[in-house]
Amino acid sequence: MEQDVLLRMVDISKSFPGVKALDKVSLEVKKGTVHALMGENGAGKSTLMKCLFGIYSKDEGHIYLNGKEINFKSSREALDNGVAMVHQELNQALKRNVMDNIWLGRYPKIGGIAVNEKKMYDDTMAVFRELGIDVDPKRIMSTMPVSQRQMVEIAKAVSYNSKVIVFDEPTSSLTEEEVEHLFQIINMLRDRGVGIIYISHKMAEIKRISDYITVMRDGQWIATEPADKLEMSDIIRLMVGRELTNQYPPKTNKPGEVYLEVKHLSGTYNQLQDVSFCARRGEVLGLAGLDSSGRTETLESIFGIRTRKSGKIYLDGREIRNHSAGESIKNGFALLTEERRSTGIFSILNIRDNTVISSLKRHKKFGVYLSEKSQREDTQRYIDAMHTKTPSQETKIRSLSGGNQQKVIIGRWLLTEPDVLLLDEPTRGIDVGAKYEIYQLILDLANQGKTVIMVSSEMPELLGVCDRIVVMSGGRVAGEVDARNTTQEEIMTLAAKYV
Amino acid sequence: MINPVKNIQRSAQEYKLLDAKDKKRYWMDGILNNALYILMAIFVICTAILRPRFLTLDSLGNLISQVAAYLPLALGIGGCIVLTGTDLSAGRVTGLTAAISAVLLQESGLSNKMFNSLPAVNPGMIFLALLAVAAIGALIGMVNGFFVAKFSLHPFIVTLATQLLTTGVILWFFDLNGNNGQPISGQDQMYKDFVGGELFRMGRTPIPMYVLYAILLTALMWFIWNKTTFGKNMFAVGSNTEAARVSGVNVFWTIVLVHTLAGAMYGYAGFIDGVRAGSVSSVSGMNAECDAIAACVIGGVSFVGGTGKISGIVLGVLILRIIFVALTMLGVSPAALYIIKGAIILCACSLDMRKYLVKK
Repeated sequence: MEQDVLLRMVDISKSFPGVKALDKVSLEVKKGTVHALMGENGAGKSTLMKCLFGIYSKDEGHIYLNGKEINFKSSREALDNGVAMVHQELNQALKRNVMDNIWLGRYPKIGGIAVNEKKMYDDTMAVFRELGIDVDPKRIMSTMPVSQRQMVEIAKAVSYNSKVIVFDEPTSSLTEEEVEHLFQIINMLRDRGVGIIYISHKMAEIKRISDYITVMRDGQWIATEPADKLEMSDIIRLMVGRELTNQYPPKTNKPGEVYLEVKHLSGTYNQLQDVSFCARRGEVLGLAGLDSSGRTETLESIFGIRTRKSGKIYLDGREIRNHSAGESIKNGFALLTEERRSTGIFSILNIRDNTVISSLKRHKKFGVYLSEKSQREDTQRYIDAMHTKTPSQETKIRSLSGGNQQKVIIGRWLLTEPDVLLLDEPTRGIDVGAKYEIYQLILDLANQGKTVIMVSSEMPELLGVCDRIVVMSGGRVAGEVDARNTTQEEIMTLAAKYV
Repeated sequence: MINPVKNIQRSAQEYKLLDAKDKKRYWMDGILNNALYILMAIFVICTAILRPRFLTLDSLGNLISQVAAYLPLALGIGGCIVLTGTDLSAGRVTGLTAAISAVLLQESGLSNKMFNSLPAVNPGMIFLALLAVAAIGALIGMVNGFFVAKFSLHPFIVTLATQLLTTGVILWFFDLNGNNGQPISGQDQMYKDFVGGELFRMGRTPIPMYVLYAILLTALMWFIWNKTTFGKNMFAVGSNTEAARVSGVNVFWTIVLVHTLAGAMYGYAGFIDGVRAGSVSSVSGMNAECDAIAACVIGGVSFVGGTGKISGIVLGVLILRIIFVALTMLGVSPAALYIIKGAIILCACSLDMRKYLVKK
């Protein structure tokens, strides 16, 4: 059996400041098999892959390819050695055509200078024929749908004669038909003896396509089993690990009368279609759904940073406009965005500037002057209240860990004294301890009578924290469930309703 | 408050705990982070040895006047750079407003006065002229800001366009009333005194009034940058536009206002330049933005966006002027002057970027 092993990763460890992201994780991929890698967000799957491709340098451990130790310094070096990755977010030169992308960095040459376009075209066609892909090699990437761009990426991996191919959430933006085609290609690659690592959250897919399943949790290896030996419930148990009850603080909030009503919301530039729901004072309302089901768009439309085609928002029975973030803040709304890095933090500014930016009018003296003293006091109050770990207020926010950055931004919003908090993936990329603190905070806010609407991709989290859950699917509301007596299966079924 | 002595003692203790390799890195980092200032110190000492005149009161007085003259433009452009932008129209706006100030405040009874119908200059007119050129500069800046904010155009493109537009207006202006593109001179004595009148003397060199104005302006800009909502918003937009929008900052108005304020500064700079050099020609102020941008960058206003200090801008202007004065004294050719300037900008930017690169 030993000679069948293509890729062996042994005892890989990796630490970031304050977090042990990987703790002695091992993984073996055999020739001609599909090996699924599973785990919750933040379990360390992508960190492990980044260590394989040299995007991160591993602290400890060894990686062997065909029995030979390797240590890639870049994904290019990995590619040259037959290890390829098809990313969830495709990194392609969108303004160039298909074959340019496939042969980028190793164009066939005539006489060492001119690019041999004809050979490039013929070689591309040969790979496409082999994989059954029907794409014109001269088409510009940006004119193609994501699914076809992904096919190009797979063709690229094959053109490098890759022995190991990693698929990172490959089906997240594919239609059912496209998924079938992808699986055909994966099966074909498997038959040719390629070792495949398949990262996905979708249980059904994993059960269908994979031969082996490895489960990770909190940066640790949990189990590796043949796929037919594991039932879905086993996988969930292994992934979640701990009992759900002690992962969340006790629910003490008492939802009151209806406070926020959203009626027939549709988007101009997005898929939202006739979204209606309501939220009560002192209630934690969850928004569940798959990626791109319109959860983020719903929050951002309510907050006025996405254009609404139609629909009305009522606060306490009174219609409000919320046409810009400034207006929404005045109406008592706060939005914690999903992408902390791109729309949350001001990475180059310090903690104080990051904290006070939304509530500057609190510090105004004589009309224009901003008092330094009161800014300092406000910042310190929320550093203390949120238990933010930072050397000082003058520390640049980018040097804090993800969880502490999140606390600073939550502090920023609490300073605006909001009544409605829109939280988009509030615990994404945060370690377990800080997650608990954020759950506690959400419940505290609800206890103060505030309305909290929270989007999360982690279903256990929604079940553990929310009172009610609205499930979205394909830009529409697919249904509403009571968090106390629903199941993950029920939510998943609703989430797939309009896909 | 933190006790500075204790602070130094603690740093010294921390330093002792470092091992040899870390100690070496400590010094390397220290040297690299302050390389520009160390080099400047060496340069000043060398110049002073070769030309003892360099460190006299007279020479320093001259240096101060020069800094005060070049500062307003840099203070204006600094805001644009904080927004990760730039402003190529600065020099031409200064040229236009200098010409307008000079014409508005020309001596009466002059044979080649451009507009004979203008009344004789009085103090009220000087203020009106100052307000007028600041408003003209602000208007051009507002146009810049509007196109940058509304259409998400890069400031490089927008200000290149307004640079050309302004140049056209300047050439047209110099042909008015049969002036035929002649330089404008003969500014009224009251205007000359208001700008260049003696504040006090350093050695035998008079310090002009505009040094005082430059100090007031610097204080005003410091206040705006550090103590107002607008200033905070400017840094937020420069650091992360999307996050600023989500946080309730009015991104559109912030961008427009930064450019408008910059334009007003160019207008003020034009008002000073309208009399400082004696006469104003159609090429006055040409390429002045290059020096201003260089000064900002040398002073640590980074194109990364969201960082920069007024004190840095003052320091940047000072360093550029020191180099200019010293090299002129040393009798270096203009060719070498440009080469040295270029090298310093490259060097300063590389060292500055070092601080923002995320080390992997």
